[in-house]
Amino acid sequence: MAYHFDFSWIPDYSGVILKGLAITVELTVVGGLVGLTLGTFCAWGRALGPNWLKPIVGAYVELIRNTPFMIQLFFIFFGLPSIGVHMNELLAANIAMVINLGAYSAEIIRAGIQATPRGQFEAGASLAMSPIQTFRHVILFPSLQRIWPALSSQVIIVMLGSAVVSQIAAEDLTFASNFIQSRTFRAFEAYLLTTVVYLALAVLLRAAMRGIGVIIFPRRRRA
Amino acid sequence: MLRRQFIAIAAATFAATAALTGAAHADALADITKSGTLKVAVPQDFPPFGSVGADMAPQGYDIDMAKLIAEKLGVKVELVPVTSANRIPYLQTKKVDLVISSLGKNPDREKVIDFSSAYAPFYNGVFAPADAAIKSAADLSGKTIAVTRGAVEDLELTKVAPADATIKRYEDNNGTISAFLSGQVDAVATGNVVAAAIIAKNPPKKPEMKFLIKNSPCFVGLNKDEPALLEKLNAIIAEAKKDGSLNKIAEKWLKAPLPADL
Repeated sequence: MAYHFDFSWIPDYSGVILKGLAITVELTVVGGLVGLTLGTFCAWGRALGPNWLKPIVGAYVELIRNTPFMIQLFFIFFGLPSIGVHMNELLAANIAMVINLGAYSAEIIRAGIQATPRGQFEAGASLAMSPIQTFRHVILFPSLQRIWPALSSQVIIVMLGSAVVSQIAAEDLTFASNFIQSRTFRAFEAYLLTTVVYLALAVLLRAAMRGIGVIIFPRRRRA
Repeated sequence: MLRRQFIAIAAATFAATAALTGAAHADALADITKSGTLKVAVPQDFPPFGSVGADMAPQGYDIDMAKLIAEKLGVKVELVPVTSANRIPYLQTKKVDLVISSLGKNPDREKVIDFSSAYAPFYNGVFAPADAAIKSAADLSGKTIAVTRGAVEDLELTKVAPADATIKRYEDNNGTISAFLSGQVDAVATGNVVAAAIIAKNPPKKPEMKFLIKNSPCFVGLNKDEPALLEKLNAIIAEAKKDGSLNKIAEKWLKAPLPADL
């Protein structure tokens, strides 16, 4: 069972690995920021929005949450060109991640909003705030704070899920490891390296989410 | 004509030699004629060369080729389904007389069996719609080409493509084909068999062969030291090429005429 590790290929493929790392990080950051913004709007729309908006947002959320991410990605990249919508694989990957995280985070954030005591809404109204102002200044941040750990996990899940974008030839970290594996036939080493990099990314991302939480929820900051 | 004369002379010479040496070793051609059946190893899991049809009967390029050879020999054909791993052992242990199983030639195989002349084209190349102006690797400059990651065409194209060509590597043939058909790439590097499979489905974009990456045509495999059988086979293949019957098989299964240089 003695296995002789051979990492001598790393210098040759460092460019591929770094490019892959950059693309995975880019997808996660853009997907995370835009996705969470979309999720917040959808959460508002489904929980507090006008009656005509609720079924639209509901349909979007259920459509995305009940279909595989890979199919959504293939639909955008391979399907849409048939009706004339062409985009490169990176844009397709970004859009797929945004709509995916948007739907999942909408449900998580909605849970936070609906757990808000009625008195908070009434307090906003008694200060002559419009429903939008109440949402923006009274409801939103405590809601986010309540579900922040769950939201952080969802962002990490989407980051890890970005591995499938290699299927449409986006050259992310998973593409890099598959590429190296098919060139060097060093599967164990290639996937071991990628595992470590993904693990490090996930740990860093969780720390970053916690840091963001500390900054944007100052009222409960623990010294 | 010259070729036929040559074959006739060769056959006569062989017959004379055989007569002189007596029945020192059996002659496969004579055995086939005597038994009245030609046993041929054919693929059953490799369309369009060999697969099982809706009527459960084997069908494909290799099956038609086996039937053609049996017909010319004036014997019945017995198809023996094999896998790519056991097709040569089947021949060596004389379970079959011939291997017609999309068999490519390489030095290792040439050590253990003989090959006829080529009977089917099998190559990798760059394919693109008819209106794409691509004639060589240099023309790929600025273009996007889909390949299946790790396949021969990926490795070869990576070497010859200009620096500003973008090679998109997909996980499997389906991704590569979808990328081409949906217009996400300008060209696709794949095998003629895959291209034929695409054309068979009548897609909006028909892949047309632009330039060759690697040529590895198929040969009929037979046991060593069977000069009579080899000459006869080569004569049958040469005639089938000349009279167009081989081209008909190629058009039927590969959706493209037989290359002139085969």
